[in-house]
Amino acid sequence: MATYSTNEFRGGLKLLLDGDPCVIIENEFVKPGKGQAFNRVKLRNLKTGRVLEKTFKSGESVEAADVMDRDLQYLYNDGEYWYFMDNESFEQYQADAQAMGDAVKWIKDQDVCNVTLWNNQPILVEAPNFVVLEITDTDPGLKGDTSGGGGKPATLETGAVVRVPLFVQIGEKIKVDTRKGEYISRAKD
Amino acid sequence: MPDRLRARAQLLRRVRRFFDGRGVMEVCTPVLSRAAGTDPAIEPLRTCYTGPEYPGGLDLYLQTSPEFPMKRLLAEGSGPIYQLAQVFRDGEYGLRHNPEFTLLEWYRPGFDHHQLMDEVADLVRACLGEPLEVEKFTYVDLFLEHIGVHPLDADVAELLAAAEQLGLVVEGVTDRNEWLDLFMSLVIEPRLGRDRLTFVHDYPASQASLARLNPGDSRFASRFELYFRGVELANGFHELTDAAEQRRRFEEENRQREKKGQRLLPLDENLLAALEAGLPDCAGVALGLDRLLMLSLNASCLDDVLSFSLKNA
Repeated sequence: MATYSTNEFRGGLKLLLDGDPCVIIENEFVKPGKGQAFNRVKLRNLKTGRVLEKTFKSGESVEAADVMDRDLQYLYNDGEYWYFMDNESFEQYQADAQAMGDAVKWIKDQDVCNVTLWNNQPILVEAPNFVVLEITDTDPGLKGDTSGGGGKPATLETGAVVRVPLFVQIGEKIKVDTRKGEYISRAKD
Repeated sequence: MPDRLRARAQLLRRVRRFFDGRGVMEVCTPVLSRAAGTDPAIEPLRTCYTGPEYPGGLDLYLQTSPEFPMKRLLAEGSGPIYQLAQVFRDGEYGLRHNPEFTLLEWYRPGFDHHQLMDEVADLVRACLGEPLEVEKFTYVDLFLEHIGVHPLDADVAELLAAAEQLGLVVEGVTDRNEWLDLFMSLVIEPRLGRDRLTFVHDYPASQASLARLNPGDSRFASRFELYFRGVELANGFHELTDAAEQRRRFEEENRQREKKGQRLLPLDENLLAALEAGLPDCAGVALGLDRLLMLSLNASCLDDVLSFSLKNA
């Protein structure tokens, strides 16, 4: 069983806490001049996405989580699982809805996603930061309006809904920032 | 020229002017010593001298504070003294820690810790050029106010319950003193000294360090700390002068070190001999000069005010 001592704590380190894999977001060393040292740590639970704070007595050891990030290509969805492939080893992985989270709103076949594997199982799938998707439905709106103000909702081919400027029409492809769920620009084919 | 250098030079000038004006003499003592402080919470760095006089090598420790040699000078009859000392502590690096830092340490024969608190306040005002107000709390009162428990009467289960009440999730903390340090560092300290100099005094005897116990109530020690803007700035004592008691504390600390699997440290027999010969009744304090500089420049970490920190030393 691999462990990390508090001296090894830093942002990005993955620990197993109460059975869940967590990643350190922030680590602060706190110590009274004549007293016990502590590591005050902010972590994200990689299964639930929840952020927690925990204080460790310095010098303690914590179990490491066998977690790694991989770039995997999205293949298809069979109604229950989403399937991904490692393009180098051709190994396939299946992710459930909890691991997919918001990523289901943005990804299409062939997209390469950052997938967090815990004990070789996907626990977190991140959509690419930017995706290009076709608009399948939106109000026709006013042609020629380029003011950019206001905007209207548009449904994309994946089912996600984003606000777009009034001049963008059904059948056009747009670039979206998946982290904010925001329209960036029209995409050229 | 970078501000941090100019500000440090000015701070050092102000410190020296302050003590010159009060007849306190500047001294220099060795950074290297064959003995070390035994406090289990402070780990010295070790080095080795090899050469004339010690062809087989002599283990030496870098000082974690200049306290022991300064007390030897006091016992010699130096009168009031101060020192701007580079000190070294293993295992300490963070926003407010660097393994090498500057301590301003001074001793006042004839003072008790309350008189010395007043002088610390004067020094900080002189250094920052601000007419700061002072407030004083006992350690017990702070715990009753901020944690809702009595630091001596509450058992470990009650301390744990108080932590849960405060939403603290804690791993590995077991004994009372660790819990008290945790509450002090995480909950109380950030709230202290918002806009004034806050002194905390009368620490539990279990945290007496090198302070004498209160004459009227031996559950508490004549120790104080200064906090300003949520930062621990200084630690002072009405000094323990009893050689036998000092030896007993050193030995007890080494026993704690053994229990925790830490290196045992050689006792400073020179200091114990000086206490035996007679240390004048005095109070002493050590103030983190880099932290004071950090606050004066509104910097958020020590790295920003050191010429070079651990990262690029």
